[in-house]
Amino acid sequence: MRRAFLTAITELAASDPGVMLLTGDTGFHVFDQFQQQFPGQYINVGISEAAMIGMAAGLALSGKRVFVYGIAPFVTLRCLEQIRVDLCYQRVPVVIVGVGTGLTYGTSGATHHTIEDVAVLNCLPGMTVVCPGDPVETSALVRAAIALDGPCYLRIGKSGEPVVHQQGVSGVRIGQGITLQRGSDVAIIASGTMLATASEACGLLAEQGIAPELVSMHTIKPLDRDLLTALAERFAVMVTVEEHTVIGGLGSAVATVLATQGSAVRLLMAGIPDQYAEPAGSQEWLRERYHLTPARLAERVAGFVRQG
Amino acid sequence: MRGTAVAQDITDDERVPCWRRIAKEVRQDVIRMQQRGTGVGSALSAVDMLVVLYFGGMHYPGPDHPDRDRFILSKGHAAAALYSVLARRGVIDAKLLPGFLTDESPLTGHPVRGSLPGIEVSSGSLGHGLALGVGMAHAGRMDGKRYRVFVMLGDGEMQEGSVWEGAILASRLGLGNLVMLVDANGLQGYDRVEAITPATTLADKLRAFGWQVVEVDGHDHGRISRALAASPEAPSRPTALIAHTVKGKGVREMEDQLGWHYFSVPAAKVEPFIAEVGGEP
Repeated sequence: MRRAFLTAITELAASDPGVMLLTGDTGFHVFDQFQQQFPGQYINVGISEAAMIGMAAGLALSGKRVFVYGIAPFVTLRCLEQIRVDLCYQRVPVVIVGVGTGLTYGTSGATHHTIEDVAVLNCLPGMTVVCPGDPVETSALVRAAIALDGPCYLRIGKSGEPVVHQQGVSGVRIGQGITLQRGSDVAIIASGTMLATASEACGLLAEQGIAPELVSMHTIKPLDRDLLTALAERFAVMVTVEEHTVIGGLGSAVATVLATQGSAVRLLMAGIPDQYAEPAGSQEWLRERYHLTPARLAERVAGFVRQG
Repeated sequence: MRGTAVAQDITDDERVPCWRRIAKEVRQDVIRMQQRGTGVGSALSAVDMLVVLYFGGMHYPGPDHPDRDRFILSKGHAAAALYSVLARRGVIDAKLLPGFLTDESPLTGHPVRGSLPGIEVSSGSLGHGLALGVGMAHAGRMDGKRYRVFVMLGDGEMQEGSVWEGAILASRLGLGNLVMLVDANGLQGYDRVEAITPATTLADKLRAFGWQVVEVDGHDHGRISRALAASPEAPSRPTALIAHTVKGKGVREMEDQLGWHYFSVPAAKVEPFIAEVGGEP
């Protein structure tokens, strides 16, 4: 996803000299070429996230189209009040790009895990929250995010995530979920880095005779209520999957829509429990522990479907 | 000489009486407005700088003019003084002033961008303005604009870490078009600034961060004007103007008193206070 972001922003910067990229001293060698190509459009602000958001707001208020890039916990929670006051309160269009989200930096410990960012940013008025599911979605959503007239949080993984949309996908829009696979037994709604996991889990479920429908809900806010309403009419069982705490993320957002519509859908919210990962470990090890690998997810979903 | 509203083509000495008159009127507005809410002491300490800025110090052909100098009130709790100055400068309607802090009034306790012409950014939470100013000043440089960006902070506000992040950034980016105005009235929300951070070291700190520093009496219009107009000794360094001021300036009962960070002006005191600031300084 990082590569897809880089490609997209390189094209944007080439077509508009007002496009800027600010980083908080992150992205070792990632932006070398960008910096050479567009020296006036790149600033390593340094290890000062608060000033980076403030400066981004000042630039955007002066007509620049600004991306702010950093390791997700630091570019969101460290400077949360700057995001709230300088961006959301004043409706300033800046795109915050958080990389290494979820459990990406597993062995680094919980300071580097990002499990609360969606919950926290989702409740800020005016904030758009986008979690692309694969490099294809990332590419489209980077362009859509910078065209918004308010702030946006773009939550991406790292490098090397698999392409889930093997055939490509057209018409990717902020606020519109994408149905990747039709099914009849259960609707699985995945966001961000969990799309690939959910996609693999769908294959495993099919082998067990369960027909899942798979939806990429890349936008958490504004949430695609129409799609959820339609799903709730067709499915008695639904599952949300996210690499984020189950409090306040995709699952909570979906549950809110279903509950307020009086839906009787049974909902399984797969995600990270309300705890910091202690001890820490690799992303794969932690995903295993939190039942977020394809096999463990399929197992949970199958059990949940059969309960009903 | 940059563009002025009241007194073009005359010397500072001739402009001082104008500034003095306008400052008196602004203080009277502030006293009337601050029958509601808190912040009267903080507003009164900032009045003279605001008057010099908006009546000559800044190039200000209008609130939407692309080449206008930008002003950010980072110490947003002095909003009453800013509203009065904007009204007297003709940027906002003076009829709005009595509505300060009433329901649905755009004149909130801290300025809100978009609610009124001339409010460049919303403020109220301390420590935000400088980095926003850095962004605006850098954008001006990128676009080949000649505007300057003025950011007013309180001396207590200088305790916020984000101010120093912004200070590093401004200096490193060589923003000679950025001016920080520190309203150093020596009192913060709950104590003397000196008791929390030694204020005497502020200039040294800023110099160490790469800023050029000028210290002035923040109630002396002529000196403020000269400090603002002076060609920077190094055009690629940001400038800090540390303005030594008195909280509650103009009303003896309020001057240098912590309580007037919080008190509203009682109805019975309005006329005596107005008469006092209306007298000869």
